[in-house]
Amino acid sequence: MAILELESVDAFYGRIQALRGVSIKVDKGEIVALIGSNGAGKTTTLRTISGLMHPHSGTIRFDNHDITRTGPSTIVEMGVCQSPEGRRLFPRMTVVDNLFMGAYTRNDKPGIAADMDRVFTLFPRLKERRTQIAGTLSGGEQQMLAMGRALMARPKLLMLDEPSLGLAPILIETIFSIVREINAQGTPVLLVEQNAYKALEVSHRGYVLETGSIVQTGSGKELLASEDVQKAYLGM
Amino acid sequence: MSPPDLGFFIICALAIIGLAYEAFTQPTAFVQVSIFGLADGAMYALVALGYTMVYGIIELINFAHGDVFTMGAYIGTAILGFFSFNENSFTAINLVALLVVFPVVMLVMGAINIGIERIAYRPLRNAPRLAPLITAIGMSFVLEGVMFLWHGPATVHVPDLLPHGPGFQTTIGGVFIGFKDVFVVVTAAILVTLLAIFINRTRLGKAMRATAQDRDAAQLMGIDINRTIAATFFIGALLAGAGGMIWGLYYNNIFYNLGFRTGLVAFTAAVFGGIGNIPGAAIGGVLIGLIAAYSDSYIGSKWTEVVIFGILIGVLVFRPTGLLGMRVPEK
Repeated sequence: MAILELESVDAFYGRIQALRGVSIKVDKGEIVALIGSNGAGKTTTLRTISGLMHPHSGTIRFDNHDITRTGPSTIVEMGVCQSPEGRRLFPRMTVVDNLFMGAYTRNDKPGIAADMDRVFTLFPRLKERRTQIAGTLSGGEQQMLAMGRALMARPKLLMLDEPSLGLAPILIETIFSIVREINAQGTPVLLVEQNAYKALEVSHRGYVLETGSIVQTGSGKELLASEDVQKAYLGM
Repeated sequence: MSPPDLGFFIICALAIIGLAYEAFTQPTAFVQVSIFGLADGAMYALVALGYTMVYGIIELINFAHGDVFTMGAYIGTAILGFFSFNENSFTAINLVALLVVFPVVMLVMGAINIGIERIAYRPLRNAPRLAPLITAIGMSFVLEGVMFLWHGPATVHVPDLLPHGPGFQTTIGGVFIGFKDVFVVVTAAILVTLLAIFINRTRLGKAMRATAQDRDAAQLMGIDINRTIAATFFIGALLAGAGGMIWGLYYNNIFYNLGFRTGLVAFTAAVFGGIGNIPGAAIGGVLIGLIAAYSDSYIGSKWTEVVIFGILIGVLVFRPTGLLGMRVPEK
């Protein structure tokens, strides 16, 4: 059962085509990785899903609704939540306020408080720093906050853009084990990564994006074993 | 320290020494001047807040903002026409008129400013930065033109509704304090406090801060940025409208392009405090009011504009982030 489905999506930045006939889907309960090199269109794909930009042609369906032309705030309300590349925290707000912004579309106070507890259980470090200004956190803490903030929306689909970028190896392990944990609790995850090895390792399925087109797809294991992928992205 | 830095520093130091000398040798006059400066500064602060909030959220210098301030006074004067108040003594009707005119003026100006944003700025949201700056100047001319057509080039009398005269003033140690001075400062302080509570405590206020700090990320939180930007213009105009009304009641004289100079001074105050920084605008407004008053009495009022815009240039050249600036890295 697909929760998210892109069908031959084309997208442009001005006159430059960034996505060419991209078709991907995420099923309920899955972790799906989208890998590819710099400038392949990974972030563009997420921006298009979130409604920050709209496809030139093709359709995007989420939870059986056509969201191709829907605005970003409505898409968030429907349950698609993105933790963007570079974390994009609100640098002059506290940790707690950043988390509250994640729950912006929700009204159930007890539910928000419960999710705040859940985030603090996943990331005990954030609990220690709850009143600190987000811009003064370390890189790893900022990434935890970005993921926690995305979880505060109680998303039906979580999209993570480069969650391991710029982190120390030990933190990368933590981040990916938390991705697994979030998924085990029932949230489908669309994972965009340059760290292809790690991403494919935790993912059920994966897509390889090259200059705006999907060139290969398969289960995480198949892609890890594929020669093309190994050569191009795993440095083997 | 490079020579120009040093020169600027020396000028500032000399000004402060001169002021200290005046304060020491003629304390009564100094306190008196400070009180007038504080009253002016409170009004500049109310206008500066609108500049800084709009700049913070869409990086636009809203040059029409000073005229929103003036129009608040014009509309307030028109509303006061419906009351049979008494300018010579403070009656219950005066009180009722004041209690009615403030909220009505503020709401009307808020609505007008939302309209301005919708017509002149929103269609240019993704245009180069210069385009909305030019429509802002255009909007300023439109508002001034409307007020010119309405009452002509002459000054318009604003009824002297506030308690004044012998019963409502006092002299403490040779320093004259009128009810009007207290009224201006207290009202501005209340409005600024309400703004601070709104910005820091409410959902919409936090959404405004989030949008100002990272617009794309705010959208990814589900914040409708068009609504948030409209709310920013609305609140900026609430303060400017109230500021215009206060100005009218304080000086009892307004004219169609009053907002041009007031707007530029308030803009200077916003830059002085750190453009985009809300506490900075309030502090900058008060400081510019004080500096203008000191310049009026100790240097000469014909030099005051030179002093104020000299500060604008000095801040932009030597400390572009203003007094408070942004103390936390953006990323």
